[in-house]
Amino acid sequence: MADMRTPLSRVRGLGSAKEGTDHFWRQRVTAVANVPLLIFFVVMVIGLQGATHSEFVAIMGSPIVAILMLLVILSATIHMRLGMQIVIEDYIRIEGLKILCLLGNTFFTIVIAAASIFAVLKMSFGG
Amino acid sequence: MTMLRWAIGGRRAHEKSSGLKTRAMANTDLRSNRPLSPHLQVYRPLFTMMMSILHRITGVALYGGTVLVVIWLLAAASSPEAFDWVTDIYGSILGRLVLFGFTWSLMHHMLGGLRHFIWDFGYGLDARGRNWLARATLAGSLSLTLILWIIGYAVR
Repeated sequence: MADMRTPLSRVRGLGSAKEGTDHFWRQRVTAVANVPLLIFFVVMVIGLQGATHSEFVAIMGSPIVAILMLLVILSATIHMRLGMQIVIEDYIRIEGLKILCLLGNTFFTIVIAAASIFAVLKMSFGG
Repeated sequence: MTMLRWAIGGRRAHEKSSGLKTRAMANTDLRSNRPLSPHLQVYRPLFTMMMSILHRITGVALYGGTVLVVIWLLAAASSPEAFDWVTDIYGSILGRLVLFGFTWSLMHHMLGGLRHFIWDFGYGLDARGRNWLARATLAGSLSLTLILWIIGYAVR
């Protein structure tokens, strides 16, 4: 047998990075979730155009819309962090800059998520 | 040496009959049947290639576009004045243009993602299938964007 891997390593299937297909799989899971969630988002945006501020806050703060919005934010930010990670790893060759960009990617997506979750919750719980 | 042969091997057999005998080398008979080396930077763009890079570009655009969504939500959560200010900017001609591009990016990336799902299940990987899928993605994203904006203007 030319394969140097142990049977246990083969069964685990985690590879040298010890992550296996985790990145690929999470990208697909969030992609599946994004399809209905972003259809909801687009329909909501179309419906909200021309709304006054109080109408907007009332709709955004209603339980179903707020929960769906939180799911949109979670799924989309996880998905975009994974996607941008691949773009950075593909195009940036300088090791230090690459790590900086990967860090920046994580920070940016978390800031986007935190800020929008805060805004939705503030409208829900009354602000 | 192999690299050099790959490079000059790019000239096809018809050049042998072009009268430029000086260019003919001892190994001309070997040139005709050899495969051409794929030159990674000079590459005839294929439609599927363009759609692949477009999927990535729209993804990066959507990544940046989330800033617009956050500003919109934060403004609404802050005050009526901030909300009016942001909706005025987003409703301007330039704002609408950006939002139109945002809509198209979203539709294109979504359909591109569905295309990837089809491939993940092992369908549509042959030449006919992938070309059809690439065309359907572009046609679908453009028409969905137009339909959404027509609906958007209609219900206003």
